[in-house]
Amino acid sequence: MHELSIAQSIVEIVGQYVPPAQQEQVRKITVRIGAMAGVVPDSLEFCFSAVIHRTPLAGAVMEIEHVPFTVSCQSCYTTSETEPGLALCPLCGSVDTEVKSGTELQVVSIDVDEATTGAP
Amino acid sequence: MSVITIERKVLEKNDEVARRNREVFDDHGILVLNMVSSPGAGKTSILERTLEELRDKLRIAVIEGDVQTDLDARRVAKYNVPAVQIVTRGGCHLEANLIQEAMGSLKLDSIDLLIIENVGNLVCPSNYDLGEAMKVVVASTTEGDDKPLKYPAMFRNASVLIINKIDLLPYLTSDLATLKDNALKINPSLTVFEVSCTTKQGITQWCEWLLENAQRRPAS
Repeated sequence: MHELSIAQSIVEIVGQYVPPAQQEQVRKITVRIGAMAGVVPDSLEFCFSAVIHRTPLAGAVMEIEHVPFTVSCQSCYTTSETEPGLALCPLCGSVDTEVKSGTELQVVSIDVDEATTGAP
Repeated sequence: MSVITIERKVLEKNDEVARRNREVFDDHGILVLNMVSSPGAGKTSILERTLEELRDKLRIAVIEGDVQTDLDARRVAKYNVPAVQIVTRGGCHLEANLIQEAMGSLKLDSIDLLIIENVGNLVCPSNYDLGEAMKVVVASTTEGDDKPLKYPAMFRNASVLIINKIDLLPYLTSDLATLKDNALKINPSLTVFEVSCTTKQGITQWCEWLLENAQRRPAS
């Protein structure tokens, strides 16, 4: 349900880098979503398209970089991908683990088409 | 085509407001709990039992978050503690700026413990820091013992797990040990309490722990 407010935050962040007059040139917004970020990528894409509808950003697409949930084990010194959220090391079963990735929720980059920049 | 690399956290605005809230709470020496659970797990009932037990020992205030109605704030008002109701009108979680606004209606100098009751939802509130000292997740026995595995983010981010409705265990197939095991698989550092708001079993242990933690926070 909160994908809508996340989509709005993404558009707000884009606005800090690209002024409204140039937003029509934005082609792609890349976001990074961890497996345990609590965000449903399909919902986010749907909400994003609703938020940009009839705005200068309407021509932009969202690209999602998925990040797996990984833990590093302090007992067997390995880093492995595991079921999102589980603290158990999938190799040795230890609970003495540290989350290495999977909680990301970031705007990575914005692709702007310069060819049309400044065009009337 | 030019690529602007920004690498910004999407929720950084919320995190920034939460950081400021936390500073204000710390300056006033207030212990702040963010209570989360699915709808109907018993957050408000636990809150009521906690107020009964601790209102003479601590100066407590409550912020109630609900999608609609002020029913919970009215339940809490009976205990003569300051209570602010936030109605999210469809919003599935509380955000730091809503807490910042609500703080304006509270006398922060005369509060030791602030309990924020979040909207009943095990997904969305886990993303939003409110400025609390700890998240307290409530899981009731009637929800089944696999809840922590289904909603890991909430259990991973919490410091305390209160298992409620233990008086109903004889009538259920869900198993208390399995529920605890599953929660500790997600988050081995959880402090766990087992309570029943109906029989009041376990409430004293929870309240004693809370009292000790609230008294350990003198205003800086």
